[in-house]
Amino acid sequence: MAELQPAGPVGRPVPRVDGVAKVTGAAHYVDDLDLPGAWHGATVRSTVAHGVLDAVDLDPDYDWTDVVVVTAADIAAAGGRNVVTLIEEDQPALVPLGGRVMHVDEAIALVAAPTRARALEARRHVRPRISARPAVLDTDAALRAEVKLYGDDNVFKRFVIRKGHGDDAAFEDAMAGADRIIEGVYPTAAQEQMYIEPQGMAAHWEDGRCFLVGSMQCPYYVHKAMKALLGCDGDGVVVTQAVTGGGFGGKEEYPSMIAAHVALLARKAGRPVKLIYDRGEDIAATTKRHPCVTRHRLGLAADGAIVAIDADVVMDGGAYLTLSPVVLSRGVLHAAGPYRCPVVRIVGRVVATNHPPHGAFRGFGAPQTTFPYERQIDKAARLLGVDPLAYRQRLALRPGDTTATGQELTFSVGSEAVLEAIARAAGPRPARDAVSAGGAPVRRGRGVCFYFHGSGFTGAGEQRIAGRATVALTAAGDVEVRSSSTDIGQGAATIFAQIAGASLGLAPERVRVVDPSTDKVPDSGPTVASRTCMVVGGLVERAARALGTRIAAWAGEHGRGGAPFAEVAAAAAAALGEVAETVQYEPPPGIEWDDATYTGAAYPVFGWAACLVDVAIDLDTCEVTVERCVQAVDVGKAINPMIVKGQIEGGTLQALGWGLLENVLYQDGKVANASMTNCIVPTFADAPDLETVLVEVPYPYGPHGAKGVGEIPMDGPAAAAINAVVDALGVDFDVVPVLPETIAARRDAWDAARRKS
Amino acid sequence: MTATGYVRPASIAEAVAARAAHPDWIVLCGATDLMVEAPLRPAPVGVVDVWALAELCGIAEVDGGAVRIGAATPWRDVVTSPLIAARAPILAAAAREIGALQIQARGTIGGNVGTSSPVGDSLPVLLALDATVELASPRGTRRVPYRDYPTGYRTTALAADELIVAITIPAAHPGARQLWRKVGTRRAQSISKIMAAALLRVEAGRFVEARIGLGAVANRPIRAAGAEAAIVGAPVGEATADAAAAALAAELTPITDVRSTAPYRLATVQQVVRRFVLEASSPSSPD
Ligand SMILES: Cc1cc2nc3c(=O)[nH]c(=O)nc-3n(C[C@H](O)[C@H](O)[C@H](O)COP(=O)(O)OP(=O)(O)OC[C@H]3O[C@@H](n4cnc5c(N)ncnc54)[C@H](O)[C@@H]3O)c2cc1C
Repeated sequence: MAELQPAGPVGRPVPRVDGVAKVTGAAHYVDDLDLPGAWHGATVRSTVAHGVLDAVDLDPDYDWTDVVVVTAADIAAAGGRNVVTLIEEDQPALVPLGGRVMHVDEAIALVAAPTRARALEARRHVRPRISARPAVLDTDAALRAEVKLYGDDNVFKRFVIRKGHGDDAAFEDAMAGADRIIEGVYPTAAQEQMYIEPQGMAAHWEDGRCFLVGSMQCPYYVHKAMKALLGCDGDGVVVTQAVTGGGFGGKEEYPSMIAAHVALLARKAGRPVKLIYDRGEDIAATTKRHPCVTRHRLGLAADGAIVAIDADVVMDGGAYLTLSPVVLSRGVLHAAGPYRCPVVRIVGRVVATNHPPHGAFRGFGAPQTTFPYERQIDKAARLLGVDPLAYRQRLALRPGDTTATGQELTFSVGSEAVLEAIARAAGPRPARDAVSAGGAPVRRGRGVCFYFHGSGFTGAGEQRIAGRATVALTAAGDVEVRSSSTDIGQGAATIFAQIAGASLGLAPERVRVVDPSTDKVPDSGPTVASRTCMVVGGLVERAARALGTRIAAWAGEHGRGGAPFAEVAAAAAAALGEVAETVQYEPPPGIEWDDATYTGAAYPVFGWAACLVDVAIDLDTCEVTVERCVQAVDVGKAINPMIVKGQIEGGTLQALGWGLLENVLYQDGKVANASMTNCIVPTFADAPDLETVLVEVPYPYGPHGAKGVGEIPMDGPAAAAINAVVDALGVDFDVVPVLPETIAARRDAWDAARRKS
Repeated sequence: MTATGYVRPASIAEAVAARAAHPDWIVLCGATDLMVEAPLRPAPVGVVDVWALAELCGIAEVDGGAVRIGAATPWRDVVTSPLIAARAPILAAAAREIGALQIQARGTIGGNVGTSSPVGDSLPVLLALDATVELASPRGTRRVPYRDYPTGYRTTALAADELIVAITIPAAHPGARQLWRKVGTRRAQSISKIMAAALLRVEAGRFVEARIGLGAVANRPIRAAGAEAAIVGAPVGEATADAAAAALAAELTPITDVRSTAPYRLATVQQVVRRFVLEASSPSSPD
């Protein structure tokens, strides 16, 4: 069948606008920037997990010439506040004297010197004295609250979602009506983002204004944090994103910390300063995915229908509140899964511990709660003796159904389509037993998984953010897209050029997407939450259309009515000077959300996905090979199918890594494997041939029908892979990750199961 | 790494002289180990750079069937050498799993031996194949059986003024089976959780020769003497495989670290050695 190519640039695999600069090395990451006279910074960090900072001693025998040292005292002295402002202001930029040290690798002081080597050397001669206190290093200890880190109970945030019942007694009544109840406890581990470019930032001051440039996802988060830290207004600080080598959430909140440090150093040094983390420091000190434990009860009717779902979610937030309430929110909002169920109770808590703060990571809490429900559904299918995929098809939410928060699904529901795509792609199961090249017995299994992910901010979040974007015809006749959405490798700049180009009848290469800088672009909201294409892309589309209308009107007035934009733009620019159209987010109609009861439309729309994984397990070494991984994702509309597939493949591999390979090890509150050698992420040699099926069930309020895709591929594949391991071995694994060590530890159990079958 | 002294000798003689003149300088070859360790150590006083030193490179047949590999020979040359493929296929197999292509182009056998890490991937192979290390100093050349070369955790028999010149692998009996297995943290750029190499020979249904080299289960690469004793003289088949595995449990005390656990290491090395014995027991399997 011949493919019909759409006429405009949308829906086509347009090459990345940033591609050539990146592969030729012309793109400048922050450490590549040539800043004449710049010094280099280094951070003095805590070696204890919990304590009180008694003193910061400078080695009297060290030569401190040409070294600048910054402590918390420098912040107040210049009229600022010692906070990294985010949701709350509980996290200091530097631990003050007499203040509490809350985690290993917390920043205590800063040094800068003319060379990096000198700065690293000077750092060793700054000696914090800390009186250690007992540390809280797991969530059970946090909930016992014998040591208080936050409030009276160490709970940063608690959410309760209730559907179809009034109180706990009514819930238990409903659960008691179940024919059988499946119970499980599902711990999931931390995960390191491992973006290719470690974090870094540079600062210089000019006429009392601070200029920051660095690796980041959210320039306006940094901007807001700097206003408080430096005690200035919005004009006092300019934040510019440098070319950024990946983020995955890891550069959502932490860049504000580095910005604070480098701004303070540059001010005191009176010259530009660069602060670039090396890999070990980056892994040890910056945020990771929240470890989480979910207790789950699934109540089933005799015919297999779900009667009630009960999920209790506890996340380890680490030492400060940071973004934890929002991560927990997304976790609980997805915890019941995309399944029909009349009675749902979800309780979520995120607690304080003395780990470095956990934070944003692709999926943002949803992978942690997807794994439990997808193990539970798999157990139910096995118990009922039904095909796991067919069982999911039977229970899947469809148009007209309601989610756990009572949101009625009316449009863009790709649930059936993605499940059908997987059923079609599945093909026959590979032979169960085989022998490896080395003679080892090999056992195969197949697992599936079905999940959804809300696009954009939760509830009224998008209205609160009120994101704005501008499309302008410059005086020179160029078309510019101005937004604070950062391209962090995910292709944002390219799709914005495609969307604006489509609205104006221009080829994407005729559209310039400007590098985000807070003095040049409006605040479009952060680059997070699967919102960039759907929400900000939508703003770009509207702004471009508005610009097209204005220019068309001018053309009409000047006797060129009906002429294409491209033909009249130069003349219009010459006559009018710059013409800029800025639009602000408007919610789709009928979106109601109640933050007090956690009911209503949690998201404007959901993306839907299903995944199939075939694994082969070497029974000598317990190594798992993913032989096949098919993921079908409903993205609404693939503005650029190549970029969308890249997003899905990358997210899938990240998810498989989380499920089967990766393991952040904490010892006494410190990351024990802070290197790329030991903090394992998959390489290409570990990547299966990833098969991606794009499903397009358009979202009527997204640009060309597009909705979110950034996070959803991270949510499910770990569960599919572990379901496949369980299928192969016939015993349950209810933990992320399932490492060869995890499997080997239960050799007796699966050996017995294997011999029986 | 900012060294003050630097010399790039053009011959082994010059290298030995430089070594004797500066016993506190380090030898640098592909630098793939030294580069990683540099930030953790004081800067070296000076460097004797033997990378691509012609007399230290190359793979050749010597003494009627033995294979001599120059210390500065990069892994890529080991991977592609027909001589290695024919005589020491498990050395090629090990080389193929060191880092990935970039590291194989730069890392050398002499460097692997020089670092003498318990997880050096070629080292169990050198044990299984009964290799010899050739060392040069102003006192002349000496040959040390590789099994006596590692002396402890990253300590070796190398004297402060000695240079590793070559590794020699003696001709194996034509009927011997060579077996190798690395279990790493992932499929490439991976440090071994365990590795095992074996040379096993069967005559008339009994094992007559067994050498087993193991990595990552002790503070240095080791021979599994207990397992070897359980195998030599025993008949082919499951019972001997089980006996070898049991012997390993008695002689090994691996550790738990950031890469794996003690129980996994022991269980896996037992499974792998068991499999070696079974493979060598089966007459049908190809060499
Ligand atoms: C990314 C990466 C992945 C890696 N993966 C693996 C792996 O999978 N398996 C593995 O085993 N190793 C691995 N390594 C380690 C390393 O590549 C190997 O050990 C390699 O063989 C070292 O060789 P080299 O020539 O680079 O050694 P160098 O770094 O030059 O030297 C290493 C040591 O040997 C000494 N030395 C070198 N040559 C001589 C000589 N002729 N005489 C005396 N002393 C000498 C040096 O003084 C030094 O102490 C990896 C390294 C990196 C960076």
